Amino acid sequence: MGDFLLAWRNIWRNTRRSVLTILAIVFATSLLVFMLSFQFGAYDDMIDSSVRLSTGHLQIQAQGYQDRPNIRKVIENPNRLLAMVTRLAGVEDASIRSETFALAAGPERSRGIMITGVIPDNETGISSLPGQIKSGRYLLNEDSGVAVIGSLAAKRLQIDIGDECTLLGQGRDGSVAATIIRIVGLYRTGIDEFDRTTMQIPLSDFDSVFSMAGGAHRLVMIADHLADAGRIATAVRPAPEATGLAVLTWDQLSPGLKQSIKLDLVGGIIMYAILVIVVAFSILNTFFMAIFERTREFGVLMSIGTKPMRLVKLMLLESMAMTSIGLVTGTILGIAVTLIFSHYGISMGDSGELMAQYGIADRLYPHLSLASVTIGPVIIAVVTFITALVPAMKIPRMRPVEAMRAC
Amino acid sequence: MDIPVAWRNLWRNPRRTFIILTAIVIGIASMVVLSALSRGTMEGMVDNAIDNLVGHIRIQDPEYRVDPSITRRIDLPQQLISEIEPLLPPGSRIARRIKIDGMLSTSREHIGVIIVGIVPQDEAGVSFIGNPVYQGRMITVDESNGLIAGEALLKRIGVKVGRKVVLMSQNHDLENVSKAFRIRGTYRTELAQTEKVYVFVPLPALQKMVGVSDGVTEISINTGQKNNSRNMDLDGLVFRLNEKIKGSGFLAEDWHQMLPALSAYLEMFDGYMLIWFVVVFIAMGFGLVNTMLMAVYERMREFGLQRALGMRSTRIIVMVMTEILLLLALGSLLANGFAFFLIKVLLRSGIDLSVFAEGTEVWGINRIIVPVISAWDVYAANGVVLVLGLLVGLYPALRAARFSPVETMRHL
Repeated sequence: MGDFLLAWRNIWRNTRRSVLTILAIVFATSLLVFMLSFQFGAYDDMIDSSVRLSTGHLQIQAQGYQDRPNIRKVIENPNRLLAMVTRLAGVEDASIRSETFALAAGPERSRGIMITGVIPDNETGISSLPGQIKSGRYLLNEDSGVAVIGSLAAKRLQIDIGDECTLLGQGRDGSVAATIIRIVGLYRTGIDEFDRTTMQIPLSDFDSVFSMAGGAHRLVMIADHLADAGRIATAVRPAPEATGLAVLTWDQLSPGLKQSIKLDLVGGIIMYAILVIVVAFSILNTFFMAIFERTREFGVLMSIGTKPMRLVKLMLLESMAMTSIGLVTGTILGIAVTLIFSHYGISMGDSGELMAQYGIADRLYPHLSLASVTIGPVIIAVVTFITALVPAMKIPRMRPVEAMRAC
Repeated sequence: MDIPVAWRNLWRNPRRTFIILTAIVIGIASMVVLSALSRGTMEGMVDNAIDNLVGHIRIQDPEYRVDPSITRRIDLPQQLISEIEPLLPPGSRIARRIKIDGMLSTSREHIGVIIVGIVPQDEAGVSFIGNPVYQGRMITVDESNGLIAGEALLKRIGVKVGRKVVLMSQNHDLENVSKAFRIRGTYRTELAQTEKVYVFVPLPALQKMVGVSDGVTEISINTGQKNNSRNMDLDGLVFRLNEKIKGSGFLAEDWHQMLPALSAYLEMFDGYMLIWFVVVFIAMGFGLVNTMLMAVYERMREFGLQRALGMRSTRIIVMVMTEILLLLALGSLLANGFAFFLIKVLLRSGIDLSVFAEGTEVWGINRIIVPVISAWDVYAANGVVLVLGLLVGLYPALRAARFSPVETMRHL
């Protein structure tokens, strides 16, 4: 305790210098806390919007469907499987989907479109799409012969709510599949590609039009937490109902998503590493100075019997006390700034439109998490400790007599 | 400004100067290298986008963008081309195309595609399809049923070069028409999504299929311009082109107008970069001020003596500022040398991001990032450090000038 008091008083021998050093640490710490919260928040949003819009956290499909989707690769008894997975712990909601590519024809224009058959009531629990209806309404369980369509697709087909549209494709058995449906709603997700190429109809209609004979293509699950996905997958795989089927988690379903996040994170890490190194060199001088201006003092202390290692410890205590003030203040400041922004959000301005294509909202909300609050400060603590160690290790090499003569 | 004296003062304590110099060098060098890498990434992103059948400038029916149908066509493209050709800068290349939605069918699969009718020899230097084919051979303009498809598409539908596929689309009367084509070759691009979407056939064959004699849906122009992420001066040319073709009812647009989201991001990109420069500067700024304060306080007696001998305080300020300027200039010199070495030698062949291939695909960037040195980035990085460095350097300089002679000479 005595040593600590000594170290504390030593810090304030040169107030200005210590304050500047602490401020450098406060700056770096708060920046890292905020930036990491911001990035992790954006990643969560990206994953969440992708999972909610298309893939879900987990899916069960026929083997090989993921790489080469084909209408003939089906789950034969999807309802039995659905009943099984909904009972699993950690599964929040699940539903069945089927999909195929077909030609949609309006009165004048026709173009290819991806048709997904859904169970409307279940879809509300696993997908964000029912909430993104721009006009009209979403599908209902009792619906038949109706569809909702992406707003851009509707524009291209020159059809609107209430209009009829012909679908022409191929059934599971190879037969010609044709039907006429009426548009009841338009959705706008913000992802142009999706809004331009997709349409949803009730699963029961899909089953009869495309001669699915009860089969379906995807069983989509939403887990309580993203982290549960792996555990649920392991639980589902050995089940008898899932024999011969593939159980895939969100990162296998959209590998680009996980990799794009990794890529962005690597870029971020390089930038933060550089920042921390620059800060380290920035404060290294202070630590050196604190020792060299006291060479005489150390000489006297050593000549009256103080062990050099105790002086090293004292110096480290001094630097680390200084760092700690900076870390604590910086973390608090970082959290405060993050909280303010997570309340108001950060506008992405004009690039919001580009971000929307990646499923990132135009207003970003940083998320505080244990990781985002601790990673930055811990790294800075380690780096500053090493920075402090370099000059402190000069002390044992001092000779008391020479040290006392130093000016 | 007495540079030799300032220079010597700087090296009174070599270790201290070296340490702060290291901070400055790492700071500036990282700014230059990272900005070159980001610039290279952006450049790749823009080039990919322009190559992706967008072109620098495109002339088409104003309605085509919302309704990409053969009914929105240019019936006499040759006449339009001969009108605009004199206005284009030398080295420009022009390609005519029909680009319409369609469906590609094999015996087992149906998939939505965009059918593009091209004059193969015109595409070189205008779009990616002008590059050599990956497998098989390129189609020729007079072939009646040749087709080039993307590698990813063939993999997806499980068909090989040499096989027949059927393309279906709408003709000029909006009736569905279909025609068989034989796959002659494949292409590859940076983005698998592109490979899955576009199939290429000879323009005359497609014109015949959809029943238009000479009509095309777009005229794409590549002006031969490089470094697209910073050159934004197509506005004048587009304006002149539109003046010229005003009567025709068609519209010329540059890629900024065709890719608004990407252009908006580009415009903000310089801002993001500047913010990052300032952040790194702040990190080194604390060290800079601290180091200079130490240097000044150590020489308190000296400054006091100089004042006592009648030196004006402005001269002391100038002296300290000269030292800071020398320190920053030396740091910036070393940093730029180091950064250019890194970029030109170590990163010459680029950074290979293939391990993140699916991730680069999502962001639309190249798998190999080659750094691009842009003068603006280098000036901005050095400018931020020099200007802000001198600004914060005023604090120790003013402090030095405020020492009173009597007080300091008493100080040990």
